[in-house]
Order: sequence, then C-alpha cells, then structure tokens
Amino acid sequence: MAMAAHACLLPPKRRRDAAAAVSAAGSASSSAAAPIDELADELLFLVLDKVAAADPWALKAFALASRACRAAESRHRRVLRPYPHRAGALHLRSALSRYPSASRLDLTLCPRVPDAALAALSPSSTPSLRAVDLSRSRGFGARGLRALVDACPALSNLDLSNGVGLGDAAAAEVARARGLARLSLARCKPVTDMGLGCVAVGCPGLRDLSLNWCLGITDMGVQLLALKCKKLTALHLSYTLISKDCLPAIMKLPSLEVLSLVGCVGIDDDALASLEKECTKSLQVLDMSNCQNVTDVGVSSVVKAMPNLLELNLSYCCNVTPSMGRCFQTIPKLQTLKLDGCKFLADGLKSIGFSCLSLRELSLSKCSGVTDTDLSFVVSRLKNLLKLDITCNRNITDVSLSAITSSCPCLISLRMESCTHVSSEGLRLIGKRCCHLEELDITDSDLDDEGLKALSRCSKLTSLKIGICMRISDEGLIHIGKSCSELRDIDLYRSDGIGDEGVTQIAQGCPMLESINLSYCTEITDLSLVSLSKCAKLNTLEIRGCPSVSFSGLAEIATGCRLLSKLDIKKCFAINDVGMLFLSQFSHSLRQINLSYCSVTDIGLLSLSSICGLQNMTIVHLAGVTPNGLMAALMVSGGLTKVKLHAAFRSMMPPHMVKVVEARGCVFQWIDKPFQVEQERCDIWKQQSQDVLVR
Amino acid sequence: MESGMRRSSETSVKALSSMASEASRNTDPGQQGLRFNSTDQSYFARAGQSIPVFPPFFGPQSSSFCLPDGSGAKVGGQFEPNPSLNNPISDWDPQAMLSNLSFLEQKIKQVKDVVQSMSNRGSQVVGGSGELAAKQQLVTADLTCIIIQLISTAGSMLPSMKSPLLSSNPAVRQLSNTLGSPMGFGSIANQRPSINKEQTIPDITKTSDYEELMNTINTTHDGKDDLIKCPNPCVGEGSDPIPFEDHDVKESDDGGEGENLPPGSYVVLQLEKEEILAPHTHFCVICGKGFKRDANLRMHMRGHGDEYKTPAALAKPMKDSSSDHTPVTRYSCPFVGCKRNKEHRKFQPLKTILCVKNHYKRSHCDKSYTCSRCNTKKFSVIADLKTHEKHCGRDKWLCSCGTTFSRKDKLFGHVALFQGHTPALPMDDIKGTCVSDQPEGSEVMDDMVGSTGYNFPGSASDGIPNLDMKVADDVRGYFSPLSFDPCFGALDDFTRPGFDISENPFSFLPSGPGSCSFGQPSGDS
Repeated sequence: MAMAAHACLLPPKRRRDAAAAVSAAGSASSSAAAPIDELADELLFLVLDKVAAADPWALKAFALASRACRAAESRHRRVLRPYPHRAGALHLRSALSRYPSASRLDLTLCPRVPDAALAALSPSSTPSLRAVDLSRSRGFGARGLRALVDACPALSNLDLSNGVGLGDAAAAEVARARGLARLSLARCKPVTDMGLGCVAVGCPGLRDLSLNWCLGITDMGVQLLALKCKKLTALHLSYTLISKDCLPAIMKLPSLEVLSLVGCVGIDDDALASLEKECTKSLQVLDMSNCQNVTDVGVSSVVKAMPNLLELNLSYCCNVTPSMGRCFQTIPKLQTLKLDGCKFLADGLKSIGFSCLSLRELSLSKCSGVTDTDLSFVVSRLKNLLKLDITCNRNITDVSLSAITSSCPCLISLRMESCTHVSSEGLRLIGKRCCHLEELDITDSDLDDEGLKALSRCSKLTSLKIGICMRISDEGLIHIGKSCSELRDIDLYRSDGIGDEGVTQIAQGCPMLESINLSYCTEITDLSLVSLSKCAKLNTLEIRGCPSVSFSGLAEIATGCRLLSKLDIKKCFAINDVGMLFLSQFSHSLRQINLSYCSVTDIGLLSLSSICGLQNMTIVHLAGVTPNGLMAALMVSGGLTKVKLHAAFRSMMPPHMVKVVEARGCVFQWIDKPFQVEQERCDIWKQQSQDVLVR
Repeated sequence: MESGMRRSSETSVKALSSMASEASRNTDPGQQGLRFNSTDQSYFARAGQSIPVFPPFFGPQSSSFCLPDGSGAKVGGQFEPNPSLNNPISDWDPQAMLSNLSFLEQKIKQVKDVVQSMSNRGSQVVGGSGELAAKQQLVTADLTCIIIQLISTAGSMLPSMKSPLLSSNPAVRQLSNTLGSPMGFGSIANQRPSINKEQTIPDITKTSDYEELMNTINTTHDGKDDLIKCPNPCVGEGSDPIPFEDHDVKESDDGGEGENLPPGSYVVLQLEKEEILAPHTHFCVICGKGFKRDANLRMHMRGHGDEYKTPAALAKPMKDSSSDHTPVTRYSCPFVGCKRNKEHRKFQPLKTILCVKNHYKRSHCDKSYTCSRCNTKKFSVIADLKTHEKHCGRDKWLCSCGTTFSRKDKLFGHVALFQGHTPALPMDDIKGTCVSDQPEGSEVMDDMVGSTGYNFPGSASDGIPNLDMKVADDVRGYFSPLSFDPCFGALDDFTRPGFDISENPFSFLPSGPGSCSFGQPSGDS
C-alpha cells in the first residue's frame, strides 16, 4: 500500500528492471494497457508472483507503469503491511479501498494503532479481509476491536498477542466475531475467565487458540472453552495457572491435535494421574516442557491416555528413568521426542532405544547423564532418525559420533554445538557418511579444513553453523562454496581464520544465501561485502567487530541486497554517515540495526530514521551523536519499538520528548557498559569461555 | 384437645377446626375440598363473630360478596389459577341458590324489624340497657348469619380454589389473624363489658356461636359448599403479594427439616402474627407466649401451675427438669396454606420459636430491608440482610441473560448449561478498559454514559439525610425498585468509589429530577 509512495525513490535502474519484468510477461512495456487487460487475471497474477518473488519492490514500479498495471496490481495484492506513519485512519481506509481483494492486514510494522484507525475500517472496504495481525501493536482497546469486528464480517484469523493491556472487554468484543477460527491472546495478561468465556461462547468455530501467558485464566474458563468450542484442534495454554480440573475437559475435545502446556506449574503428577481414565485418540502433539512439578510417574499416565501421540516435548521437565522410557511403548507412533535439559538416570536413555523405534527426531541438548554407550545404543536402534540434537553434551566423544554417522546415514539435521570432546577426525565422519544433511551445527568444535572438505559432500546443506571453529580457513570454505549451492544460512562467528577469499567463494557459490554471520572475522574487508552484495536474497548480515570494513562495502550491500532487514555493524569503526545514507536510500526493508562504536554522527542517524520500517536500533557509544540529533532521529522514525541507548543519554534528553517517543510504542533500554574499543583475539576469547565452563 | 382449648384462644381455634374437619371427614373422608371446607368454617366462625368490630376489613370485601350471582362467578373466575381444576357450573345448583336467597330475604326482614323497633324505642324513651343489649346481640347474630349465608351462597358460585391462593391473600390472612386475637372477640364480639375475662369463657361462647353458625349453614345449605375466596386481593397491607414459591422454597432453612416426628407425638403450638412479630425474646414453652423480659415470663409461668412456683423454677428458666414431663413441642405457622401450617397436608412443624419467627418473616412478611449497596435485594430478616451485605457487590458475576451469581463457578455452570448465554462484563469493567486504553478518547465515555440514559447530577450527596436502614418503610419508600433498576448499572459505576469513601450509605442518590424517579413512597406504610 504505502509502497507506491516510495516508488519515486527508486533509482532509474530499478524502474528499468520492473519494466523488463513486465515485458517478460509477454507484453510491450510502453503501451502495456491493452495487452494486460486482455491477459487473464490468473496468468497475470502468476507472473506478478514471480516478479514479486524476485524483487518485492518491482511490483511498485509495475503499478506505476500504467493504469491497467495499477489496477492489476491492486487486484493482485493479498497482504497489506502498512508502514507506521500509514497506520492512521485515513491512510488505512484509502489503502483498503485500493486493495479490495486483500485478505490479510498485517500491522506488525505499526507499534501504535489507535482505536480511531481501526474504527476507520468499514464492511464495504474490507469484504475479503480474513486475517488481521495486531501482535506487535499497541494503543488500541476494546473500542477499536469492536470496530474491527464490525468491519470484517469474514474475519477468521486474529492475532492479538502481546496485547498486555487487553482485558476482558477486548475479549468480549473479539467474541462477536463468530467466524473466528484462529485467535491468539498470548500475553493478554488481564484477560480472565470472563473474557475467555465470552470468546468460548461467541466463537464456536475456533480451531486454534493461544492463551499463553494469560495469567488470569483458570480451570473454569478452560472448562467452558472445552465445552463450547468442540472444533479446537490446537490449544496453547503455556505459562498459565491451570491445574488438574480442566484437563479432563480438554481431553474430551474430539479433534484436539496440538496441546501446549509449557511451564504450567499447576500441572503435576496428581493432575496427570486423573487423565488415566480419559483417552484422547486425536491428540498428536503435546508440549509439556518446563512443567517443573511433573515427574516420570506423571509422564507415564499421560502417555497412556494419548495413544496416537506423534510429538512429545518433555524438555526441562523431569528425570528420565528406565520406567518412563518403557512407558513410551504405549505410543508406538511417536516420531518426535524432545528431552532437552533432562537428567538421564542409569539406563534411561537405553530404555528409550528399546521403546521408541519409530522416532525420527530426538533432541537431547543440554542433557546430563548421556554417555557414549547409551547414545551409541540408542542411535543404533533408531533406524529412522532424521534429526538429532546433542547440543552441549560435553561427555560424548568420537565413539558416539561414529555410531551416529554409521547408524543414521539419512540424518538431515545434526546439531552438536559445544560437543567439545569430539575431535576433528570424528567431525570428518559427518561429511563422509551423512551426505543428506541439510542442517548442521558444529559451533565451537575442533573442525578443520579437512572436515570442511568432507562436508562439501553434503550438497543439500542449507544451514551451516561453524562459528568459533578457529582451525578453519579459506581453503575449507572454498570447498563448501563450490559444492553447497543450496546454502541459505552460514554462521562463521569468530572463525577468525577465514578471509575475503572464502567469503567470496561462498557468495559466488551460494546465490540463495539469506543470512551470513561474519562477526569478529577480523580479516574481512570490503571485498567480502562486495561479493556478498551479489546475493540478492541476503536479509541478515552480521559483521560485528570487523574493523577493516568501511562505508563503501556497506554501500555495495545496500544497493545489492535490497531485502536486507537485519544489520549488525557494531565496532565497524570505519563505517560512517555515508554508509547510513546508502542504507536510508536503498534498504527500505531494514528492521533492525546495531550501530554501536561506528563513526556515525547525527547526520547518519537522521538519514537512517527515514527508513519507515526500522523497529530496532542499538546506538551505544557513538562518539559523533549528540542528544539533540538523537532526539530528532527518534522523533522522525515513528516505527521504532526498541532502542538501546547509552545510559548517559538518559539525563541529557528532554524527558517529555522521551515520553512522546515511548507513547508511540517505543521501549528504551539504557545500556551502561564501559567504552571498550580494543577486542581480545578470538583464541583468547575462546579460552576464556572454556574457563567459565571448567569453573 | 381439651387442654389445648383451655390453654389459649389459639389452641381453641385449632380444636374447632379439627372438630370441623372430623365432622367433614365423616361425610366424605379424604376429599381435599372438604378439608379446605373445614378450615374455612373455622375461619367463618371467627369472622362472623367479629364482623361488627372490624368493619374496615370486611367492608370492601362485602361489597363484592353482595354482587349478584353472575358477577360473583365472574369474580371467582378472575382469581382462579387453573380453570380446568374445577368447574363452577357443575357445582352450582340453582334450586339451592334460590332457597338460599329467599332465606336471606326472610332474615333481612327480621333484622330490619328488630332494628326498626329499636330505633322507635330509642327515639321515644331510653329503655332498659339490658333489653337494648339483648336486642343488639340479636341483631348482631342475625347480621352475622346473613353475611355467612351470603358468603356461602356466593361461594357456591365460585370454583373451589387451591388453598395457597387463599392463604396468599393478605387480606384474608390479616383478617383472620386480627380476628383471632383474644382481645378482639373477647371484648366486643361477645359484648362483654369487662375485657379481662377468663379465657375459658370466651372459648365456650365462641364454641357455641360457632355451633350455631354451623347449624345455620347446615340447615340452609348442606354444608358442602366450597370455600369462599376473598375476591379482593388488594385490601389492607397487600402492596406486594408474596410469591407462591416462598412457601416451599424457603422451608429448608427454617429448621425441622428431615425430622420425622410421628404426627401425634408432639404438641403443636401456633403463635399469632402479632406474637411472632413482637420483639420478644423469651417464650413460654407451654403456650408460646412471648415476653420481653425473662422475669415476666417467669411470672407468667406461675399461671401454668404450681410446679413453676418453686424458687428453682422462678430463679431461671428450667431446662432439664421441664424436658422430662413437658411433651415435645413443635410450632405451626399461623399462615393458612403454608406447609408449616398445621392444616397443610404435608405439615412440617417448626422446631423452635426462633424458627417460627424467621420463617414467618421470610415467607409471609414484606421484605422491608433493602440492601443499600445493590438496592435490589430485599430481606425481611435483618440477619439475612447482613449476611447478604457481606457478599454484595464484591463478586457480581453476570450472565448475558441478566442473571447474577454470587460465585463465578455458578455463573460458568449456568453458561455451560444454556446455549447462547455468555458471561457479561460489568459496565465499569468495560469503561475502565476503554479509559485506560485510550486516554484521549473521551467520547467513548460520553457515548457510554449517553447510552445508559443516565445523567449524573453534580452534587449527589447533598441534601440526602442519613437514613437509618432499620426504618424499613422509609427505605422502601425512597427506593422504588421499579424506577431504580434500569439506572442501576450506570449509577453503580459512578458511585462505587464514592460509596466506599462516604459513610453515608445513600450518598450516591441523585437529586436531579428526571434522572431517576425516586420519592413516591409505596402505600405500604
């Protein structure tokens, strides 16, 4: 919607691109009106989909080409995501009238949506609006929701998460949307049973309901909900104060498939024991992580009541005993088992190997009591295992890794960050044996170039995390870049052995790259950024602590990676206002930026604040920034939700101005860290981190 | 039975009615109509004796009694709860009616003659006082007879009704209660010059009167006429009729529930309304008479026999010693038709005098204590009001249907049970949210206030005197529930904080004219 306003900012080159895209659709760009009219909407939309996938901004240029193009683009758009300064009543109304077929209104960029803006919606302008996302917005209340519900008769999906001010009155208004199928009231802490009761009665067709962190909800409300909303398939009750009384009612829901009970302190063995009489055939996913009062006894009663369970999460929940492992025999279909942070008693893990033969995903991160023998036995039994997470199991050695790689050659995901006892020889086995890997996390390991070379056999790799691997160098990375063309996410944090050559090879070999972390890779220069600027899909770039990077490299990134949304240039001392000017000119997708220690002044900050969607800024220790400039920048950018500033600014900024910014939905975080320019070398840093572990 | 007759007028009434019921049982046992008939006859007996004494009570009624036959039937039809129960036409015998009417005519003529002679003599000379008194008595008896006959004649036109309707009629109730007081008929009905007669004498005369009346009725009408309803429901105190369910619903808290004493194993005492409502705390275990002071009770007890004259008995109320020889005593509610009344088919006696007091007040009295917080709940027992006030307003759980619940689980059970009902938020909740969410949106408040149609005047607490809750009639007068209720929600919102701060329980009363129409006192007091 608001994008059209920015099209004038597009450089001529972009316009040509868009025009080329139009001509690619088979029509002449200059006199496109008639041919586009003749084209069937279905075909046209297919073309527009492709164009948008390549460059989301191209559609704006397309709409500017002619009236017919504009009309076509209006009909095509399904999602409206207004910028914060466009969240006003008038803008919203005109946008909705321009895009009549929009089915989803995404207000996540607008930290403040006043009631008046929602009141501007009318049934005539939003005939097809089905989904509204207000999860990141504040400022609206029951009155705005009333207008919203009145205006959207077809509303079926409403996200009110994080509405920490929304209470029963708001819930009562939501309850008037009878067609609601999906509703999130997560963190709407003032909502009580009364509001939930209204929703339960008012929205009988509810299928997916999230009540996480709704601390006002009790058993009574959930009981009523379970009685009235029989179509519920997913119910999220994490971190609520529910207890045993509502569980039988929940179990009677005929089509419930997903149930989250994360961190419910009221759920204990006693409560779960009462479930033994109930039996739900439909439930497939149960998340009971962080339920501190549950022990293996409670787990065994749960399992008996849910014979068709596919996924069970018991992370940080209880000790794993052999009896608990045996009780998993009653859920033979179990595919996913998460036991993160659990303590395994003797033979606990082995019993799982006996019981859960159909497991595809096993998560054992941060567990204690996992030994090489147990783990080897388990993986030898679980032939179907596809995903394994053994993060921070510091006891396991090459023995386990050998067993894993030989028993589960089909693994597609292996996460073993900080498995520090695994040697580089062991790590080579991964590449040699598990060539179907798509996701690999061997952060903080002894990986060397040989290992990387072996990993290059995993051609389907999409995510590779090899941070804090001091021994790797460009040589190994070149192998990855040459063979892993699917790579989307690579993490090279503090792998300071790499330089421009390796990064360049990655950038050239992985055109799909979306995220790269090169923090503290001190050898990196602008050359790396220049090569990365060819990765058009790049949205996350972290080059924290790369002192050789300058504004020119950033300028290349800004012009090349138009989708860049997250940028960390902390301690890139050579980046100055020019880099910011480029960002403000080209990186309209930027949402989050960390500028600490850069050489940016008021000018750069002000230009940055013209990026409408910018939500998150960290501006600590910027020598060139004055309180006035900072205040001006903060006042200009209306979409900020979180700003980290040095505590010294707190007293220097006029309090009423701070209040104004806060009233727009921005949260200030005052950092009081000492100014520290010099960085320790990566090997020293790693030694320090391991010293912490030993202590 | 004999002892009961001697004890007090109340027991004598009981005896009379049971005698009558025995008589009727001989003719047609088990018939409900006859049972009612018997109670009615006892009522007639008392009513007949005291007609000249209480013209205000009988006057308005008699006008309707004297209606022609057709209209009498019509009046009866109006008050018949279920017409299908009894067909008035089927019971009605024109022949008997005709004979009744001619009898009436005859009787009226007689009376007329006597009165004529009295007036003639009175205008000439003042005759002997004894003669005049005898004549007066004759006139009185004749008039009584006429009225009874009239009533029974008209009653033959009326359908027989359920007893509760009769008993729910305050006029009848009050009439019977008032007439039943010993002073009433002892002094006037029998034309005794001295009021302080021995109680046995009026009893006997009453019995004779009663028999005479019964004979009269039986000769003219074969005693099988259905009872008479009072067709005028709004006489006397009856400003708000007591709902029927009170009779059965509230029984459980009156005590005596589940106590299955065999019917003959205890003595039934029935206190009169005045006795019950009197602020007495000491009651005679034998006759039930109440006293304000224990000393007076002890003096009273001397009259019951020598055993109460011992120093021990006089020193303090006996407990253990008396329970040995005094029979088990249970109490009956004087309200005819009540389940706690001894005439009720499923009579359940009340255990103690306190039970009687509470039961009578709860079930048969006006609820004159209004809760000063919600202004909707009313109570007749002040302890109930105090209990309610402990909870009132604190947790008000409201359903969309308007039902309120004191507890949330009750509300949720209700909502779970009924389709379409949904928990409703109190108004202040909605407003509070709006205000907090949108500080600039003052029009929200305006809208809401406007929609309730309530204008809150500025100086609310000025000029309203601090009313004492115990002045029940005044309170009721100021808080006409009809005019107050619609504004309650809005009023409540605005005034709750002020109410809590202020000592004055009615400080939130609006003084503006037009906003809420208070101030017309109901004609109760």
